[in-house]
Amino acid sequence: MKIRQKKSLVPLNLIVTAGLAVLIVMMCFSITQGAADIPLKTVREAFLSFDSADSYHLMIIDLRLPRVLTSAFVGAALGVAGAIMQGITRNPMADSGILGINSGAGFAVALYFAFMPNLGYGGLIFCAFIGAAFGALLVFGITAAKRGNDTSMRLVLAGAAVSALLTALSQGIGLSFQVGVDVLFWTVGGVANAAWKQLSIIAPVITAALIGGILLGPSVSILNMGEDVAKGLGLKTGAVQGLCTVCVLALAGTSVAAVGAVAFVGLIIPHVSRFLVGVDYQKMIPASAVLGAILLVLADLGARVVSPPFEVPLGVITALIGVPFFLHLSRNERSGR
Amino acid sequence: MSGQSKIIYSYHRRKTYQNRGIIAALAGALVLAALISLSVGYSSLTFADVIRIITGSGSDNEILVLFSFRLPRIVLSIMVGMGLSAAGCLLQGVTGNALADTGILGINAGAGLTVVLYVLFFGTGSMLAVFTLPVAALTGALGAALLIYLLIRKKTGVISPFSIIMTGIAVQAGLSALMTLLVVKLDDTQYAFVSSWQVGSIWGANWHFVLALMPWLCILLAVIMSKVRVLDVLVLGKETATALGVKIQNEQKNLLFFAVALAGTCVSVSGSISFVGLMAPHIARRLVGPRHHVMLPVCIMTGALLVLVSDTIARVIIQPSSLPTGVVVSIIGAPYLIYLLTAQQKYHERN
Repeated sequence: MKIRQKKSLVPLNLIVTAGLAVLIVMMCFSITQGAADIPLKTVREAFLSFDSADSYHLMIIDLRLPRVLTSAFVGAALGVAGAIMQGITRNPMADSGILGINSGAGFAVALYFAFMPNLGYGGLIFCAFIGAAFGALLVFGITAAKRGNDTSMRLVLAGAAVSALLTALSQGIGLSFQVGVDVLFWTVGGVANAAWKQLSIIAPVITAALIGGILLGPSVSILNMGEDVAKGLGLKTGAVQGLCTVCVLALAGTSVAAVGAVAFVGLIIPHVSRFLVGVDYQKMIPASAVLGAILLVLADLGARVVSPPFEVPLGVITALIGVPFFLHLSRNERSGR
Repeated sequence: MSGQSKIIYSYHRRKTYQNRGIIAALAGALVLAALISLSVGYSSLTFADVIRIITGSGSDNEILVLFSFRLPRIVLSIMVGMGLSAAGCLLQGVTGNALADTGILGINAGAGLTVVLYVLFFGTGSMLAVFTLPVAALTGALGAALLIYLLIRKKTGVISPFSIIMTGIAVQAGLSALMTLLVVKLDDTQYAFVSSWQVGSIWGANWHFVLALMPWLCILLAVIMSKVRVLDVLVLGKETATALGVKIQNEQKNLLFFAVALAGTCVSVSGSISFVGLMAPHIARRLVGPRHHVMLPVCIMTGALLVLVSDTIARVIIQPSSLPTGVVVSIIGAPYLIYLLTAQQKYHERN
């Protein structure tokens, strides 16, 4: 990957403050929108003086708020997971999917639909997380099975191979048991089922892992210079890679379990933040968190309002918002150089 | 000094023999796989039967099964494997990225989108589909590649591999999103058809496709084989390649064009068996090292063997319907790549 020696376009503080402000405004706006429009005044009332008899208040607190919070958490998690993966593999095409997380979860979900569809939504989430962990362990195990210098290269290849294998298996299961459409609906992702119970599990995990990711930032920057250089600078590369993997698994695994394999956020968000704040992962990781949260809240809003009462898959909206923006950025970047 | 050069010389000679051995083994395996593939299937023939029919003394029925149904499918899977793996090899060389495959040219996504559109509007039942669907897929593939070309085009200077990859990822993601938007509208039968197309299956194989594909494949493969030295140099990086006198700008464009042409024609008959393009070059590199004059033929043969074996297994495993070839390709190919990653030391020794 090419490292651009360039000062950041926008200071990190500005991105984080402005980003958080935009995020809060958008979350409030997102709460008011949907199948039933709720005025902002009612939202404020629901927060300040909650009335359990008011159906709007109930809708805000029980349905929309957890949903918006889930999208924000998941967006931040996917953005950071992608940034860390691109950092440690030194490959701009890497995202958390390369660790076998998405395909592992997809495989487990295909098994779930084929053999035990009666376990309910909780069972589905549990299966997805176990699958994600299984995929990640497989990839990391294969990478660590042999000592050598080009760990990042082996990680990328092992990830690609394991992902392809697990995806093929879930496609095979999908076709032979006629559950392909169910798996597809899960894969394209959505936060429609978000609830407080689920949020209370994923929020602490994601928060802890986000802090961990931000703390790992400087080490990822050094690792991104290449393994030999990193070792020469005294970095314990194995330990850093291990910690990063745990971090990515916690972030992406919980996200995938909660909302399905929302592709693309983890791939594009790190590039967008790299364009904005430069290649220093100490800055890039917080920026990715904020931008990822914004993208997913926006995408969820889009998913709900484009054709109510139907919901457009979340992954579709993230791509449709993200792609033109990304192309625009990368074109400017090139003509400016 | 002379002692050292003698060791290097004998090392090279040993490698040359070893590489020839690998190529011969692959060729043998390919012929064997083709014969086995001819003999297995819905109406099973013994090995001796196959030999008997080939030498010209079979019943009309047997000749029909062998030469009109099985042989074109076998030839087609070999050709598709060759084309896709060569395209993958070119793309990994040009972009210098180990994860590059025909997906980053938007070919799979573009073809997929037009196929979904086709299925939505015309359904899957019509006999016409056998001939019109490949055309639709080819149009989509070339359209996507053109879109990417327009986006990365620059008036002057060399296109950086980084921007090829970035634009490719973005266009692919956008097209896949559009495709998903349409796919959720399909009913179960249509979805099964589209998803088996996406995974890749060599369906509707007949001699017309073989004849349509053959000239392109031969010309393109011959041209690519004449570019192996350029590929070797491109891998060394932009500066080194320029210093060594390669006109990077032209060569890059040409090589990308060849990759698009190869992958586009193959994808039109086979669906996107994209994993072949990703994996065959890595397997070849681990078998014979990174020099393209050996690596490319090995890569092409590995790809052909992989698709042929997978297609045979796909045909046999759930009779009379069949599993998509692409699923089997991944199920066989991925563990082998994993094995190479963990077990072999050769790749590191050579670099």
